[in-house]
Amino acid sequence: MADERPEGRDILVKVDNVSMHFGANPVLREVSLEIPVGQTLVLLGESGCGKTVLMKCIIGLIRPTRGQVYFNGADLAKLSEKGISQLRLRFGFVFQNAALFDSLTVGQNVAFPLRQHRNMSPDEIRELVMENLASVGLPDDVVNKKPAELSGGMRKRVGLARALILNPELVLYDEPTTGLDPIMTDVINELILRTRRRGMVTSIVVTHDMATARKVGDRIVMMYPLSRLEPNEPQIIFDGPPDQLDTVRDRRVRQFVKGEAGQRLMEMRTAAGQ
Amino acid sequence: MASAAELGRPPSHSFVDRITNWIADWGQVFIEGITALGKFGLFVWRTLGWTMQLPKRETIFPNFYSVGVSSLPVVALTGTFIGMVLAVQSYAQFAQMGLETRLGAVINMTLVRELGPVLAATMLAGRVGSAMAAELGTMRVTEQIDALASMGANPIRYLVVPRFLACLFMIPALTAMADFMGVAGGHFYSVWVLGIDIHHYWSNSADFVSTFDLFSGIIKSVFFGSAISLVACYQGFNCDAGAEGVGRAATASFVYSFVVILILDLFLGILLESINQSIETAGSGLM
Repeated sequence: MADERPEGRDILVKVDNVSMHFGANPVLREVSLEIPVGQTLVLLGESGCGKTVLMKCIIGLIRPTRGQVYFNGADLAKLSEKGISQLRLRFGFVFQNAALFDSLTVGQNVAFPLRQHRNMSPDEIRELVMENLASVGLPDDVVNKKPAELSGGMRKRVGLARALILNPELVLYDEPTTGLDPIMTDVINELILRTRRRGMVTSIVVTHDMATARKVGDRIVMMYPLSRLEPNEPQIIFDGPPDQLDTVRDRRVRQFVKGEAGQRLMEMRTAAGQ
Repeated sequence: MASAAELGRPPSHSFVDRITNWIADWGQVFIEGITALGKFGLFVWRTLGWTMQLPKRETIFPNFYSVGVSSLPVVALTGTFIGMVLAVQSYAQFAQMGLETRLGAVINMTLVRELGPVLAATMLAGRVGSAMAAELGTMRVTEQIDALASMGANPIRYLVVPRFLACLFMIPALTAMADFMGVAGGHFYSVWVLGIDIHHYWSNSADFVSTFDLFSGIIKSVFFGSAISLVACYQGFNCDAGAEGVGRAATASFVYSFVVILILDLFLGILLESINQSIETAGSGLM
């Protein structure tokens, strides 16, 4: 279980009434969140409910159709392209499939942010890369390998080492344990916890895995797909500490937590017109 | 075009409704076309803006190598065969009129002004442009472009500008190579195979083909190179998800590049011809 965190901290990320449409397809509707410094927030929800889109809005990779996102009080929409690029040095993003650059070696991938933004000698860069790879439990000999030569778990850990190399204030994890075996899943969970302990790091973790959510999160937010919500229903159907998940009355939350299909198969068949 | 059901309208059979739906559908197509054109314009503007700050050396050289050096054999081969085919096709007609020694002028003029630049650009739109669209498309669908942006590196500066510069400089160089090989191919077939007198072949060429003709082809290729890289990178950046999306981006990159090359060829041809006429008029006025 995650450490208890003191209340009344500064707000690092504020999502204010954010809505997002892709063409005629709405994905987010008036979502609001405030994330204090040092909190680990776990975003739960069915596939397609807009968790990843919300995360990409938070780091300015996607500009919301309506609403504002603030980082440390700065409105992302009012920043220039260069301003957002500078701000992103304070973020670390661990992508679902690691998103390592195929054409670069593991070492070059991890060194990429340093080469872009730090004026360091090749020896200093190499030393820091090796240190970061070792901290995620990867041996020295992976440094010259291409991402395609690594297993899924190793790729995720390289992605984590790359995301952390600039010591970010906010780390975003997009389904960090999807597709991994139970042991590797726990290794990634431990790495997330260790990253948080390293400093006052704020984390947002998107996951479907309840074990991960309970282990790393000190706040759980559950979203629901807009296609199955009434026009005036809020998209966030749960927001609270992990231990409240077991006592919540909302059928949709209970169903997700317990991993039960319930009426979903029937609903899907009805929607498909069978 | 999206159907009424896809656009969320109830199907209707009345004449007025059908006309209304038809107008709405075409309106939708028009709006989508204008939006895509606007997005492309913005993409070009941002690329030109980032070109002012030169990218890092490690991103430039691999692109110059892959566009320039790797394309050299195929462009040289294309040029050689165009020159020889022109000789084959023109010889019969010119020989009937006893003008076979004029073949040099026709082959070389056609090559340096039109066929060299256009066919080299077409070949490169297929070889280089499609590869760029597929590579960037794959990077888009595997979130590598998002990863770049998330690390504070501007994807346009890091990925598009080096490719744009590589095409801007290397495609004219490759066109010059295609012209040279085409001239050599035309010479080989005309002089060695058809037995045309070498002196008359080249003196006629020198009389008809001016330096301006050579440069007009190279100037065109600068625009073709820019268009190929911008269209390919735009298609890659806006690739749909999955293998199908990447395939579509590569195909669209070639098709749109080819169309743009033909349109540019027409308008640049008109513009360069009028410049040529002005230069000649000014030159004769001075004499």
